[in-house]
Amino acid sequence: MTKSGLIEKVAEKTPHISKKDTEVVVNTIFDAMTDALRRGERIEIRGFGSFQVKVREARDGRNPKTGEMVNIPAKRTPFFKVGKELKEMVDGAPPSAASKEELSA
Amino acid sequence: MTKAEIVEQIYERVGFSKKESADLVEKVFDIIKDTLRDGEKVKISGFGNFVVREKNARKGRNPQTGEEIVLEARRVLTFKPSLVLKNLLNEGSAGDAFDDDSDDEADDE
Repeated sequence: MTKSGLIEKVAEKTPHISKKDTEVVVNTIFDAMTDALRRGERIEIRGFGSFQVKVREARDGRNPKTGEMVNIPAKRTPFFKVGKELKEMVDGAPPSAASKEELSA
Repeated sequence: MTKAEIVEQIYERVGFSKKESADLVEKVFDIIKDTLRDGEKVKISGFGNFVVREKNARKGRNPQTGEEIVLEARRVLTFKPSLVLKNLLNEGSAGDAFDDDSDDEADDE
């Protein structure tokens, strides 16, 4: 499913809202999340998961074709950690409270 | 940022009531979750792709006791951030100088 597919589905479930507005809502959600990550902020969506920006340190690498040493600068990368509820949904396990001791995200 | 703050943004930027905004945000994440539960990937251009992957069973070890255990085959969710998002996080530094593969591939399914 793509973003437009998602917009379509949301529109189906909310017949009282125009599709145009549905599109704005979906875009606003991901824009807001992108903005938060740009600020370096952690995002936590209950039942879904959390997003966090981690810094990969600069390191020396090698161009695999030429063998030449290159400096790879530090960079920020977004990470997603799946939440407990979604993790169990995806795995097909019944959502039980005590089966997995892992912290929910 | 939490779901409540995303709801706030919808309320401010789009102008729906708080209740309506909360309901919409809830629906969006529910639809994404249901799609992933069905094993289908969700591709949000400009943000990233959520993909369900099959993991084969393998032998592992309890790191505390050293005991050998069998990890059952399972399905896990992975997130691959879009190149657009990765570059946005590195604006001002050399973040766009990196080679990356096609995570922003065509949007059609």
